[in-house]
Amino acid sequence: MNDMTPEREERSANLKGLGCSRKRVEDARFTQGKGNYVDDVKMPGMLHGDFVRSPYAHARVISINKDAALALDGVVAVLTAEDLAPLNLHWMPTLAGDKQMVLADGKVLFQGQEVAFVVARDRYVAADAVELVEVEYEELPVITDPFESLKSDVVLREDLAGQTTGPHGPRKHHNHIFTWEQGDVKATNQVLDNAEVVAEESMYYHRTHPCPLETCGCVASMDKVNGKLTLWGTFQAPHVVRTVASMLSGIEEHNIRVISPDIGGGFGNKVGVYPGYICSIVASIVTGVPVKWVEDRMENLMATAFARDYWMTGKIAATKEGKITGLHCQVTADHGGFDACADPTKFPAGFMNICTGSYDIPVAYLGVDGVYTNKAPGGVSYRCSFRVTEAVYFIERMIEVLAIELNMDAAELRRINFIKKEQFPYQSALGWEYDSGDYHTAWDKALKTVDYEGLRKEQAEQVAAFKRGETRTLMGIGLSFFTEIVGAGPVKNCDILGMGMFDSCEIRIHPTGSAVARLGTISQGQGHATTFAQILASEIGLSADSITIEEGDTDTAPYGLGTYGSRSTPVAGAAAAMAGRKIRAKAQMIAAYLLEVHDDDVEFDVDRFVVKGVPERFKTMKDIAYAAYNQAIPGLEPGLEAVSYYDPPNMTYPFGAYVCVMDIDVDTGVPEIRRFYALDDCGTRINPMIIEGQVHGGLTEALAVALGQEIAYDKMGNVKTATLMDFFLPTAWEVPNFETDHTVTPSPHHPIGAKGVGESPHVGGVPCFSNAVQDAFRPFGLRHTNMPHDHWRIWQTANDLGLHE
Amino acid sequence: MSDKMHIKLNVNGEDHEFLAEPRDLLIYTLREKLNITGPHVGCDTSHCGACTVTLNGKSVKSCTMFVAQANGAEITTIEGIGQPDALHVLQESFREHHGLQCGFCTPGMITRATKLLEEIPNPTEKEVRFGMAGNICRCTGYQNIVKSILAAASELNAAQEAAE
Amino acid sequence: MIPAAFDYYRPKDVEGVIALLQEHGDDARVLAGGHSLIPMMKLRMAEVPHLIDLQDIAALKGITIDQDTITIGAMVSQHELINHDGLSAAAPILREAALQIADPQVRYMGTVGGNIANGDPGNDMPGLMQCLDAQINLLGPDGSRTVAARDYYEAAYMTDREDDEILISVVFTAPVGGFAYEKQKRKIGDYATAAAAVQIAKVDGKVASASIAMTNLSDVPVWSQGAADELAGSVCETATLKAAVAAMLGDIDPTEDNRGPVAFKRHVAGIILTRAITRAWDRA
Repeated sequence: MNDMTPEREERSANLKGLGCSRKRVEDARFTQGKGNYVDDVKMPGMLHGDFVRSPYAHARVISINKDAALALDGVVAVLTAEDLAPLNLHWMPTLAGDKQMVLADGKVLFQGQEVAFVVARDRYVAADAVELVEVEYEELPVITDPFESLKSDVVLREDLAGQTTGPHGPRKHHNHIFTWEQGDVKATNQVLDNAEVVAEESMYYHRTHPCPLETCGCVASMDKVNGKLTLWGTFQAPHVVRTVASMLSGIEEHNIRVISPDIGGGFGNKVGVYPGYICSIVASIVTGVPVKWVEDRMENLMATAFARDYWMTGKIAATKEGKITGLHCQVTADHGGFDACADPTKFPAGFMNICTGSYDIPVAYLGVDGVYTNKAPGGVSYRCSFRVTEAVYFIERMIEVLAIELNMDAAELRRINFIKKEQFPYQSALGWEYDSGDYHTAWDKALKTVDYEGLRKEQAEQVAAFKRGETRTLMGIGLSFFTEIVGAGPVKNCDILGMGMFDSCEIRIHPTGSAVARLGTISQGQGHATTFAQILASEIGLSADSITIEEGDTDTAPYGLGTYGSRSTPVAGAAAAMAGRKIRAKAQMIAAYLLEVHDDDVEFDVDRFVVKGVPERFKTMKDIAYAAYNQAIPGLEPGLEAVSYYDPPNMTYPFGAYVCVMDIDVDTGVPEIRRFYALDDCGTRINPMIIEGQVHGGLTEALAVALGQEIAYDKMGNVKTATLMDFFLPTAWEVPNFETDHTVTPSPHHPIGAKGVGESPHVGGVPCFSNAVQDAFRPFGLRHTNMPHDHWRIWQTANDLGLHE
Repeated sequence: MSDKMHIKLNVNGEDHEFLAEPRDLLIYTLREKLNITGPHVGCDTSHCGACTVTLNGKSVKSCTMFVAQANGAEITTIEGIGQPDALHVLQESFREHHGLQCGFCTPGMITRATKLLEEIPNPTEKEVRFGMAGNICRCTGYQNIVKSILAAASELNAAQEAAE
Repeated sequence: MIPAAFDYYRPKDVEGVIALLQEHGDDARVLAGGHSLIPMMKLRMAEVPHLIDLQDIAALKGITIDQDTITIGAMVSQHELINHDGLSAAAPILREAALQIADPQVRYMGTVGGNIANGDPGNDMPGLMQCLDAQINLLGPDGSRTVAARDYYEAAYMTDREDDEILISVVFTAPVGGFAYEKQKRKIGDYATAAAAVQIAKVDGKVASASIAMTNLSDVPVWSQGAADELAGSVCETATLKAAVAAMLGDIDPTEDNRGPVAFKRHVAGIILTRAITRAWDRA
């Protein structure tokens, strides 16, 4: 039955299902300028909101005088914490179990913090009014260093004074948030104490920002006649926003409709709930007309969720031959003024405990301390599953450091420590069950493709030439092998604000054999409307071109937890497949009835059910769809619809092998990427074209982070990198072409074996770029240097190594 | 507030006349007054190019231009580059080669690319990368954008040759 | 980002500009391409109650090449400058430098005059004009006057130009010999970490004369007589290059910013200058 005859192959190709590089259905509107982003939403009478923000990183707010602003023609309202307090909306809960000021309540904790919300006729008047709000501040001592913070007498969060326990356990100091420990510290220390070799290193993963090209914003519209609140916004998780909005406002959830229109990139920045959303809702409730708030780029970089800012110290134990015997990781996490991480509730440091990486490490320990400072709140996952970039960077740097300690080749060190194919499902020392993998095959393929041995030979020649004074360029070979953990996640241990992290799909087949499917996720560029239709096409035998995918409208889509952490394919994609199978099960009964045989006597064949052994007797899915609506079929309800809420049994674990070849100008610190090879294994591949696009994009964001992109503060807590002049977003000129490759190791527990890919290239790319820089200097004694590797820092490394003498 | 000015613009072949404050930024005039929402605001400081339009034959960033400066100008936005039943080759090519993801940069990107191909009808990859360096994309890593533009150039040149 | 309101003027001639500047004094600013001023206005770091747009003034436009005298109007854009064949032949360093300024869209708007007039230490044209020994033509209520580019810059954003004067054009003699504009920056659209403009005239296989200026390494562009003197009469051998660099490093005074600390900038300045001289010498 499964022989691919040309005729079947043609029918299969017509479906444009799994594995097809189907062109995107989204593109028609985007290429014609007809996307509909939040700032395109325009409503009669709509007002504009704008924030008065703190110029100081830490200050007491002595007074706020709104008179001059209110006197300006066109200004409708100026909201402060005092106005929000009676509604109990001057503070809001964060996704991390902390709370955050919506508007400054007595003090400010970071530069750019929201102090007052001006509502005016248009954006010009609002901006003028912002200038007219007079705020008197009394400056307080500023702390921008988490280690200093833990020693300081200065209490940053006075609202928490005296609270020795937080949502994640005991607090050790008034500026301490939580301690999170995983693994066996005693056994790990024992291994370290008795190890033949221990490599130790401290590293800082600098603060950066997801910086999608579209900033965050919303339009709130309170319809007082019907009692309905509609909220359009840049929400990566619209359903959760609806629930939170209901809990905070007291408006019943059925009276709130949240719509995520087209989103201009998210990368984690649009997961959180921001003061602008709350203020817009309140302003619309107060004024009775729609209120729009869209932040500008400086506000986006200064005040909405940052990523990373992890201080990590590692100890890795091994035998003299290089077999790793234990790993110890201690992290100090700078969360800024409020802990506004977007992690599943029980994981205050996300999935940092994936930090044993792709290696069979028998014993390990991870300890993370969260700390308050006078910096912007956040700690979101920028193009990665929760803290996975930090974890992978950590282990991939520790491997390199261990290789130096052992005087071994870093590729070989990886190879001898990889989890073996036969060890899957693999239980990691820090508590995860890796679903599937074949690391050795991927690694060997990668090294062979790039001619790793040849590269090392060339590098050695280059070093010799450098030492002879014949060149000032060094060659770095960056390696990384990563294992991601995505697709949160099982409801038993993953939730956001109590909502289990399942996802959903609802399908309706129309009588003429086309369909609409709605999911609880929301695309921000990933192409869901294209790929989810492909999953369904293969499951239900209707062409992807006949299936409309809708997301992002909570009035129509089933509840879901949204799109981040590469969870759309692993969770909602699974829900789509499962819903498709429900459709198919009913279709089978209809087909059997139409063909006048027993249910078990028909079988699915690409786009039809056929009578077993009699392929010329069949009913296509189109026939079946029509029958579902126009015939009374005994024992069956009319119609053809299904819904699935999918609670994944486990996460999925995509992996990959990356190699970067870089040439570094020792004198100017300018790196040039000569070659980048990326092999990704994301299990079953739904749309190779889109996968490749995701890999290009993720690698480019990785390049940016590794080579210069940072949110930097001065000692006064001023943001030094608040515009795109200084916040590094590479252009086409700075980005190389990437070579992509793949292996396919399906997830055993996912209905179609898919694992998710959007974030892999970022997770694996950052250590690969960084390792390339560091590898170039390894022959001259470099052990580790922190990112970002911008020109001056690379130059500094060379200088510290005496290469400029 | 300063006095409003009488502004005339020709956008995508259509004349518009209205009163505006001189400080109104061209991008918001297009988006909010004329409902031409293809061009977007990405950075506010002329770095990202999401707001790119063609003004009197020049590629310009409309977030860094006052409507008063544009008074009297002829402007083309993404909306004027092709029509649903007659797309520009670049619009087809971006779709064909997956030259976009979230779509937010795409109108500015394609608008700039139309001008680039006027400046250099048969560009090399390097010339495309250099000529597009005023437009930031956060999603694609540019590889497929470059591919889209090079493919469009080939197609336009082939059509040109065929016509000659 | 929204600027404060202002009154807008678009005079047809320079006299109209001068009259407005006289009338409004400090409250008025002229607008050329706007890509320095408008972002500052949007950030509300520059308050400009009266904005005078120069785009309609014919007298500020055009490139003329008369024998070996080159005149560039203040409102000539970087784009025009790059695409002017005669200029590219007569003073190719201008094209090489202009291509390293900002990005294509900004170059369509950004003007030579705007780049020169402001006194922004990050701008490329001031150093280049010093290298070319350009004369800056200013017009004010008392008529026109000429200032050497080498005397024009006083401090960051402080120049010899009075508030009621405007820059009309720059004039210089077509350079002879080899040239190079070398610039290190973090990415397209960035100002220079260090940039060097070098012109070298060669006679009988030796440096007959040289002119060297650097950008963004002090609060003003740095034209180094000392560096040029070191090259004179040499064949640009290693020792001479070192001496020239040493002379230049004695003249620059970089400050730390996001591009890096002072030691780095000084080092890169030396490297960039060495490369620029080498390239100019190769082309001489």
